[in-house]
Amino acid sequence: MGKFAKEFAKGIILSNPVFVLALGLCPTLAISTSIDNALGMTLAVFIVLFFSNIIIALIRNYVPNITRIPIFIVIIATLVTAVNLIFHAYLPDTYEALGIFLPLIVVNCIILGRAEAFASKQSVVHSIADALGITVGFMTALLMISFIRQVLGTGNLTVFGVDFGSLPVLGEHPIAIFILPYGAFLVIGLLMGLFRRTGVMKSE
Amino acid sequence: MSELVAIFLGMVLINNFILVRFLGLCPFFGVSKQLNSAISMGIAVTFVMAIASLATWLIRNYILIPLDIEYMHIVIFILVIATLVQIIELFIKKTNLGLYFSFGIYLPLITTNCAVLGITLINATQDYSLSGSIVAALGGGLGFTLVLAMMSGIREKLELANTPKSMKGLPIAFITAALLGLAFLGFGGIV
Repeated sequence: MGKFAKEFAKGIILSNPVFVLALGLCPTLAISTSIDNALGMTLAVFIVLFFSNIIIALIRNYVPNITRIPIFIVIIATLVTAVNLIFHAYLPDTYEALGIFLPLIVVNCIILGRAEAFASKQSVVHSIADALGITVGFMTALLMISFIRQVLGTGNLTVFGVDFGSLPVLGEHPIAIFILPYGAFLVIGLLMGLFRRTGVMKSE
Repeated sequence: MSELVAIFLGMVLINNFILVRFLGLCPFFGVSKQLNSAISMGIAVTFVMAIASLATWLIRNYILIPLDIEYMHIVIFILVIATLVQIIELFIKKTNLGLYFSFGIYLPLITTNCAVLGITLINATQDYSLSGSIVAALGGGLGFTLVLAMMSGIREKLELANTPKSMKGLPIAFITAALLGLAFLGFGGIV
């Protein structure tokens, strides 16, 4: 159990997929305009990563080394197709909001990266812990970025239709740049700098 | 014709692949440290994007839609792209060894570049015609190359600049991308 907890914690802090490894940047930046989208994306990535890690850990001893990458990609693409159809049927709003970034999970480096670096070498239980840890790390990063962008860019905090109130001045005059694509680069750059300054992350 | 020009300009300047659509960010931050490798990468990506657009358009319109299995497009597209990259790699290796070595590792890496799968999915969702798809791919690739080259020029200078220690490397690259994007915002009204 100790190793399970360790693999889990590793994904959140020491190898946070977004801030430390700089993996999966495209969806992180593109869909972090609202907390709703961030949670939707996390759910999609979690489902794909969870099942791809399990399947790849199960078949790891039977896959010939030379053809492993195409096999991993086909497994991931099949799972992404399933998630795509599930979201289309049950979460149509999230499906619309995520747009092409939902199918693009196929080429998200986080998932293929974990398949190649972890699940293809470790047992099923450890691969599940790894999937959970990486998902929580991904969610932490997404929530931080989308919270800052949503609050500063729109001036109010609404999560799945529940209104948590709006800020006094920002509510009327939101800083629109944060909701524009460029705001995403600004927020992640400043957050990374802050983490390094405070010693949470190592500087280069 | 004017529709094609609009697609092209929109892809290069307004909906730039890197700065606005956030496609292909991994090579953007990974490869944009030197001008030469940035341009090689840009050309390789543009080339694969154009060929992938052609192949996936034909497959989508002549196989997937008639057979009513369009929901399979994610699996099919990624397989087509992976196969194409392999074929292009073999072809370049046989015909032009110098070019093959100058592309180096970038060519196989293109399979997992979201710009390539991205353009095929954009073409499918926008329902572009065959010429529209190819023009969109060329425009997207050119916009990608342009921003990659600009960024690498800036980063070569940034290496020598007196950046705060905690902002060195990636953080300052992100901030630079934000400012570059703001500059591109000015192109918004041209189409």
